[in-house]
Amino acid sequence: MSKDDQILEEFTSKEYEHGWSVDFEADEAPFGINEEIVRFISNKKKEPDWMLQWRLKAFRLWETLEEPKWSNVHYPKINYQGIKYYSAPKKGGNIKSLDELDPEMAKTFERLGISLNEQKKLNGIAVDAVIDSVSVATTFKETLSELGVIFCSFSEAVIEHPELIKKYLGSVVPAADNYFSALNSAVFSDGSFCYIPKGVRCPMELSTYFRINAANTGQFERTLIVAEDDSYVSYLEGCTAPMRDENQLHAAVVEIYAAKNAEVKYSTVQNWYPGNKEGLGGIYNFVTKRGICAGDHAKISWTQVETGSAVTWKYPSCILKGDYSVGEFYSVAVTNNYQQADTGTKMIHLGKNTRSRIVSKGISAGKSQNSYRGHVSIAKRAVNSRNFSQCDSLLMGDQCGAHTFPYIDVENSTSQIEHEATTSKIGEDQIFYCKQRGLDEESSIALIVNGFAKEVMNNLPMEFAVEAQKLLALTLEGSVG
Amino acid sequence: MISIKNLHAKIEDKEILRGINLEVKAGEVHAIMGPNGSGKSTLASVLAGRDGYEITEGSVIFKGKNLLELEAEERAREGVFLAFQYPVEIPGVSTTNFLKTALNQIRVYRGEKPLDAVTFLKLMKEKMKIVEIDQALLSRSLNEGFSGGEKKRNEIFQMAMLAPTLAILDETDSGLDIDALRIVSHGVNTLRSADNAIVVVTHYQRLLEYIVPDFVHVLLNGQIVKTGDKTLALELEKKGYDWIKAAHGALEAQ
Repeated sequence: MSKDDQILEEFTSKEYEHGWSVDFEADEAPFGINEEIVRFISNKKKEPDWMLQWRLKAFRLWETLEEPKWSNVHYPKINYQGIKYYSAPKKGGNIKSLDELDPEMAKTFERLGISLNEQKKLNGIAVDAVIDSVSVATTFKETLSELGVIFCSFSEAVIEHPELIKKYLGSVVPAADNYFSALNSAVFSDGSFCYIPKGVRCPMELSTYFRINAANTGQFERTLIVAEDDSYVSYLEGCTAPMRDENQLHAAVVEIYAAKNAEVKYSTVQNWYPGNKEGLGGIYNFVTKRGICAGDHAKISWTQVETGSAVTWKYPSCILKGDYSVGEFYSVAVTNNYQQADTGTKMIHLGKNTRSRIVSKGISAGKSQNSYRGHVSIAKRAVNSRNFSQCDSLLMGDQCGAHTFPYIDVENSTSQIEHEATTSKIGEDQIFYCKQRGLDEESSIALIVNGFAKEVMNNLPMEFAVEAQKLLALTLEGSVG
Repeated sequence: MISIKNLHAKIEDKEILRGINLEVKAGEVHAIMGPNGSGKSTLASVLAGRDGYEITEGSVIFKGKNLLELEAEERAREGVFLAFQYPVEIPGVSTTNFLKTALNQIRVYRGEKPLDAVTFLKLMKEKMKIVEIDQALLSRSLNEGFSGGEKKRNEIFQMAMLAPTLAILDETDSGLDIDALRIVSHGVNTLRSADNAIVVVTHYQRLLEYIVPDFVHVLLNGQIVKTGDKTLALELEKKGYDWIKAAHGALEAQ
């Protein structure tokens, strides 16, 4: 074994650090999915009938759909009857104030580096904490409500703000959009809702932290962000799960609605359990994320750092309906061991003078497969539109793969599209150069990888950037060839 | 400072170094010259700890430590610096950031406190003058899109920042025009002191007009076959290597 292979070995043998679980007493649905389960979930959440009917419609639709097979990922057939679709920690949910929060749960989040104690939160981030199927705590609700900003769990929003939910739920990602969005629409259990009224710049970062805890359960959360005219919000999403030998399904839906002049910045650091070194276990992360720039001059920006999950399948997209609206997608996707990622974006230009920018950095190590899949579509009436795409891949070792699938449709002659792509390898030479200057192997790789991903990392909010940099280094330590 | 005894090294079964003996003391500048393929760059690489070479015989003692047992980064932290013949590009990483990480890892290894940003930048400003390097260049991605001269100046700038006890300059003069050569040499001469030593690996005598060596060694077929003072370099310039090859061939034949 050469030295570099050894580094690769060490690198790939790093353990997942959030792999523990806690024994909460849980309130669970039985295994499997059918209309009864959908009713069970709706009943648990004490939902109004319109919500139940919405779910049932989605469920009936889902039953008629086939699981899609077009992506560049391979996994054994999922037994949808072998999953529990609802699991809630018994003591969680529906707390009136943070003081009522189960201390065990607070500790769980402390351990993940998420403080739910508002006094301790000096860095100005409001958090909605979700364990398995339910939201257990939301911080800074009062501070935000003074500005008219609504930030709460999805379940609460269904009860408290039905008019908003009825208006926007499914408006960007309809249940019929795809197999997993239909499934999510039928059984989603919680998530976050955030509403920024006209003219308000949300003064703090809003964030949702998702944690899968229970075994054999799927997590199906729903996030809905509505930004009215001239408003601004920056939203963060983080996720982890315990180490388990079986695969767990995570099929979320995120919808963003941006009205005239509104700007929404959505950042994700996805660190679900990726499975072990042999590829056993890990999360199937099948997520539909889409935003619409409904009004003129609206802007939606997706930034994602994807390091976890056994299989990732997601394409945070923008529908640029308003004239002069802007869509951005910045992504770093890291795969190691047997991880597979098929991720990218869709930029649908409908309005005039719309612009989109795609920067995708894929890093593959071990025996992993990393694909960028993107679709840039410029409609006939979207005159003078522009897109710039850049897809760079970095390979570590000689057993991994990097793939790029860019699709481009342009229906007018006044628009411009640019696509750049590179593939490179972390070189022995680069490592030696760093080491010769006194850097150890781990720092060398961290430095090189973060340099590669810099353009994307620069788009993360400060609080996240440092964490994400460490995570990148941790996921990748040692993968050189 | 460094004592190399009977050093043999091979790469993929091909023996490149075939018994190198070299003593370098603090305060000295040694030049290693020789024709293409004589093993000059291999010697530099082996001393710096590059992978891929197998040491089959011999020893290298650096400041009392067995250098060959140390990892490349440990050698660097002990004070060995290699100015690369082909400096490597690292996209997205500025020279500033790179050097700060490097210098602080070296400091921690030596039991010193890492430098804070302000002190580091102050040190940088001071050292920048030595090789007339521009702040803007140091903010750009390391070596990416640098001209040949900029790359070599950057190498000597790094040497100034890391203040090694033993600096090995591997063909630092290659690809330099006269002005750049003058600047780089001036930098090296400024860094020369009674406490450090410099080994200059070069093809040409030209560099040695600027960086005047105490000793000149001729490397041939992986062995040092002749050692002299700076006049030896002039002699080589005039006569080429053939007369040494012939003399050495005759010696080996005996």
